[in-house]
Amino acid sequence: MQLTRAGFLVLLWLFVLAALRVVRSDLYAASGLRVPTPKFGRGAKKAARGNKAARQLVVTHGALAGTRISLDGRPIMIGRADDSTLVLDDDFASTRHARLSMRGTDWYVEDLGSTNGTYLDRAKVTAPLRVPLGSPIRIGKTVIELRS
Amino acid sequence: MGSPVPGAEGTPLAAASSTSPGLRPPTRRSTELFMLAFAAVLVTCALILVEANQERELSMQIVWLGLAYLGLLTVVHLAVRKWAPYADPVIMPCVALLNGLGLVMIHRIDLAMADVKYADGSTWSIAAPKQVLWTAIALVLFCTALKVLSDHRTLARYGYTFGLLGLFALVLPGVLPSFIAPEINGAKIWLSFGAFSIQPGEFAKILLMVFFAAFLVSKRDLFTIAGRRVLGLDLPRARDLGPLVAAWAVGVSIMVLQKDLGSSLLFFGIVLVLLYVATERAAWVVLGVVMFCVGAFAAWKLFGHVQIRVQNWLDPFADPYDRGHQILESLFGLGTGGLFGAGLGGGRPDEIPEANTDFITAVIGEELGFVGLSAVLLIYTVFALRGLRSALAVRDTFGKLLGGGLAFAVAFQIFIVVGGVTKLIPMTGITAPFLSYGGSSLLANYILAALLLRISNAARAPKTTPKPRPQQPAIADQFTVMVERPK
Repeated sequence: MQLTRAGFLVLLWLFVLAALRVVRSDLYAASGLRVPTPKFGRGAKKAARGNKAARQLVVTHGALAGTRISLDGRPIMIGRADDSTLVLDDDFASTRHARLSMRGTDWYVEDLGSTNGTYLDRAKVTAPLRVPLGSPIRIGKTVIELRS
Repeated sequence: MGSPVPGAEGTPLAAASSTSPGLRPPTRRSTELFMLAFAAVLVTCALILVEANQERELSMQIVWLGLAYLGLLTVVHLAVRKWAPYADPVIMPCVALLNGLGLVMIHRIDLAMADVKYADGSTWSIAAPKQVLWTAIALVLFCTALKVLSDHRTLARYGYTFGLLGLFALVLPGVLPSFIAPEINGAKIWLSFGAFSIQPGEFAKILLMVFFAAFLVSKRDLFTIAGRRVLGLDLPRARDLGPLVAAWAVGVSIMVLQKDLGSSLLFFGIVLVLLYVATERAAWVVLGVVMFCVGAFAAWKLFGHVQIRVQNWLDPFADPYDRGHQILESLFGLGTGGLFGAGLGGGRPDEIPEANTDFITAVIGEELGFVGLSAVLLIYTVFALRGLRSALAVRDTFGKLLGGGLAFAVAFQIFIVVGGVTKLIPMTGITAPFLSYGGSSLLANYILAALLLRISNAARAPKTTPKPRPQQPAIADQFTVMVERPK
């Protein structure tokens, strides 16, 4: 009676250990298999946290390509208006097109009711969205991105 | 497949870079078969011990029963091998062991209750054969689900339909008249059709999870919009709170209409976790928990049946022969079991009320002790762990959300059950997945397991050769609409 009682418990735990062994061997087997998954929630945040905060804004395409603006925490206004931080001479840009503002350590892009829209990495910006480092923001023919 | 030269069979080179050429990832189906056999041996041992300790005749019949169980498992294994060859190798053995152990315990409780005569002259109705029948049906359903659903992403298309169905199923017993939806043990969650009754809430759980996953995938942006920042938390905007408030209202109405505390807690917990997984914002969880606490407090103030539950939880000795009876017997059972238990077949499960449904973990705790019960809980943990791991590894966002939700649901459900039995939280009365007696619960949980296997299959299968994507023009040159400049 005592022997079978202990024996069954041992068997039960052996099952648990066997399951954990499979899990462990699988951890290593699967690690080489992982395909870069589309950034979703956790992954995206981690990538942003791993790097430093955004230091500058770079124009990568368009008439102003190569322009850099260093970021100091104040919001960046983008548009054709003369008082914008980044003045665009672009037929597709509105007078006050978009605004980049800082909240905590993250930058958010916000469309200011432009005619042709602002795109963050091919998605249309309809509400304030967080801008990960290196994601292209397209305004008319101009593409900008944040870099550290 | 050997080791073909990349490109020789018409495989594009792009595929070779993501997975090493010719080297297919192991399917690990043989591991699964070994673990399933292990589970069958354990279940047979458990049955032999129960029979021996109850001083019943030991015959070859037990071995045949064990072999029959192994046969069933082999059929399931073959189905998995055929329809989900890359599925996780540990999920199915965990399910098999839990279900088998549940069957043995239900049989054991039948033996104990055989000579009990109730006050009204009725006797205990034998539950084990019915549960065996339910298991067989559940396994058939499991295989069918694997075959029919060849890609979990198709579920996302029917998100709203499933949501509506789930809500309907959830609320149905609460609003129907009591001749078809009787109130059993104070909870109005069953639909009764003559001989058999079903518990639609169990299925609603899965349907609603599919809906929420699909909904969050399509409306994810809405929930990540920054609102006001308070105490280091990014609070969402007030107008985006709609879905959370709706989920809260449903949870509270289950609590009030159906008097089912467990389902209400489970439902709300699942919604919160899905929201958290989708947005990774602690604010949602904090908000949700605060809302739940407010709702629960209000319910406690307003409704008698909630007060009774809380009273039994805080002080079961206040009324030890009536209201506190259930939880006290469960605690005594666990105490008798101690560290190593009374041995299978050596306990007194006839003392514990609802022994084969809500309190089955107490019976296991009595007969297998703390050591055995913690092993059972670890098996649940491994199950949930593999589910979450599959959710992490799968490539589509819908699969991530659904897999995470399903795995969390099982873990949370077992927390509610064991928490109730051990008096950590108020006793709520929901079934332990796979262990407890109950057809609806078993069927629903086998469907859940099939979905998890499907998702893990998608996560581990080698990436099929990607279609050559049409070269997209650079983002700056993309199509833009010419609009007259406003003057």
